[in-house]
Amino acid sequence: MRLGHGARILSWAMPVLAFAGALLAWDLVVRLNGIPPFILPAPALVAATLVSDWPILSASLWVTLRTTLEALVVATAGGVALAVVFAQSRWIALSFYPFAVILQVTPIIAIAPLLLIYLSPDAAVLTCAFVVAFFPVLSNTLAGLTSVDPNLRDLFRLNRASRLAELLRLRIPAALPSFLVGLRIAGGLALIGAIVAEIAAGSSGQGSGLAYRIVEAGYRLNVPRMFAALALISIAGVVIYGSLALLSHVLLRRWHDSTVARDG
Amino acid sequence: MTSGASRSAATPLAAPAAISLIGVGKSYPSGTQALDGLDLVVRQGEFLALLGPSGCGKSTALRIMAGLAAPSSGTVERHIGAADGASIGFVFQEPTLMPWARVAANVRLPLDLAGVGRAEARRRAEEMIERVGLAGFGRAYPRELSGGMRMRVSLARALVTRPHLLLMDEPFAALDEITRFRLNDDLLALRAAFGCTIAFVTHSTYESVYLADRIVVMSGRPGRVTDEIVVEAPGPRTAAFRGTAGYAEQCRRAFAAVAGAAAASEPR
Ligand SMILES: Nc1ncnc2c1ncn2[C@@H]1O[C@H](COP(=O)(O)OP(=O)(O)OP(=O)(O)O)[C@@H](O)[C@H]1O
Ligand SMILES: [Mg+2]
Repeated sequence: MRLGHGARILSWAMPVLAFAGALLAWDLVVRLNGIPPFILPAPALVAATLVSDWPILSASLWVTLRTTLEALVVATAGGVALAVVFAQSRWIALSFYPFAVILQVTPIIAIAPLLLIYLSPDAAVLTCAFVVAFFPVLSNTLAGLTSVDPNLRDLFRLNRASRLAELLRLRIPAALPSFLVGLRIAGGLALIGAIVAEIAAGSSGQGSGLAYRIVEAGYRLNVPRMFAALALISIAGVVIYGSLALLSHVLLRRWHDSTVARDG
Repeated sequence: MTSGASRSAATPLAAPAAISLIGVGKSYPSGTQALDGLDLVVRQGEFLALLGPSGCGKSTALRIMAGLAAPSSGTVERHIGAADGASIGFVFQEPTLMPWARVAANVRLPLDLAGVGRAEARRRAEEMIERVGLAGFGRAYPRELSGGMRMRVSLARALVTRPHLLLMDEPFAALDEITRFRLNDDLLALRAAFGCTIAFVTHSTYESVYLADRIVVMSGRPGRVTDEIVVEAPGPRTAAFRGTAGYAEQCRRAFAAVAGAAAASEPR
C-alpha cells in the first residue's frame, strides 16, 4: 500500500492516541473506584514520582543501562568472534556449539545464584546479561556466515580467493543482515538479563539498579515508585530496540531487500 | 569406463583445442551418475553451444571445465593455462552479484582478488562497464538495475580479466525475448572484440543456432554427447540471419537432435 501524506501522519497519530486513551482509562479506573495509591497509583502520580524520585531513579537507571550496554558490547564481540571461528571449521563448530546451546536453554535465573557465589554482585549481573545476549548474536551471525550464495562462493574459488579474502569480501558482508537481526534480539535480552540478575542479587541485599529499586520499593509498599522504575525500564527497552533498528536500517538501506520501499 | 559418445559429424574446425574432456565421468555423493564417458573438445576461438534436455549434465560439464568440480574419472586437458579467473570467465544462470557492492566493485572483483592495483583495476572495470553498455551505472547497486542490466554486469565481471575462455551457463534463460536477443547480439560483438573462446549452455535451439559455430547435443542419465551440428551462417549473424531458410532448417535439425537426446534420457 502507498502511504499518502495524511496517512503517514495518521500512522503516527493513531498509536499515540491509543496510548493516551489507555492512560486516560487507567486514570478513570483509579478515580472512579477510589483505588488508593499503594494499590494502583494514577498515571499522574507515577509521573510525579518519576520527577520527585529522579535523583535516586536516574542513578539506578544509569547502573542498569551501563550493565546492559557493557554486556551487549562484550556479547557482540564474543558472539561475532566465535561465529567467525565456527564458520572456518565445521569440526570446531560441531564440538563447541552444544555448549552455547546448553548455556542458552538453561534459564538465566537458575544460574544467577551460582554466579553470585563465584563473582562479585556487579560482575555476576554483567555475566548474566552477557550470557543471554551472547547466543542470538552467535547463532544469527553463524547462520549468515554459512549461508552464502553457493555461486558466489564458486566465483571466489575460481578467482583463487584466499580464505581471508573470502571472509572479508564475501562472508562478512553477506552475514551483516542476519547479524543485525541477532543484535536487535540481543539488545532486548541484555536488558532482561541485567534486570533478572539484579533481582537475584537484590534479594541478597546488593546492587543498586532499577530492578533493585523495584524490589526495595516493594518491601516498603512504595507502589508509585515501583511503577516509576517499571516505566523507566520499559522506556530503556524501547530506546535500545529503536536505536538498534535504526542502526540496522542505516547500514542496510542501500542494498538489502528488507529495506526496499515497495510502495515508494 | 566405456565411451558412449558417437559423433554424427566430424569436426571441420581445425583449430587446436583450448580445453578437452576425455572420457570424463562424474558421480555425485548422492549416487547420481551425472556424466559418463563424456568426450568434449572446445576449440580455440570457437563459440560452442552445449544443448541438451534438463538434467543431462551440462552444468556439471561446465563446472568441470572451470575446475570448480573434479571429474570422478577421465581427464581434463587445459591448453589455456591454469583454471583460474585470469584465464576463465564464468557467467551463471543468475547474475550472482554481491548485493552490497556497487556495480563497479562487482565488476572489479576478479581483479581485486588477483591483487591488481587499485587504480588499474578501477580503470579496467570502468572500461568493461562501458563495453557492456552500462556507462554511468558504476555507482548503482544491483537491486537498482533490471534483470538484463544485472546480466550485463555479470558479463562485464567475467570479461574484466580478458579471459581466454568464457563459460556461460544458461545466462539469458530468465530474460524476456527482446532483452535476450539484444544480449545475444552484444555477446557476439564482445566476442568479436576480445576474440575469446566461448562455451555456452542453453536450452534454446534457436539461441544455439544463432550464436554458435558448433552445437554439441548431450543426452542424460548419464550425460554424454549424442550429436554435433556445425552451424553454417553465410553472412554476419544479425536479425536478418534469423529470417533465413538456412537458420530455420538448422533450428529444425537442432531441435530433432535434442528431442532424440531427450527420448534417450527418459528414465527406463
Ligand atoms: N551437487 C549435486 N549433488 C547431487 N547431484 C547433483 C548435483 N548437481 C547436479 N546433480 C545431478 O546431476 C545431474 C546433472 O545435473 P546438471 O545440473 O549438470 O544438469 P543440467 O544439464 O545443467 O540441467 P539443467 O538444464 O536443468 O540446468 C542431475 O541429475 C542432477 O540432479
Ligand atoms: Mg544447469
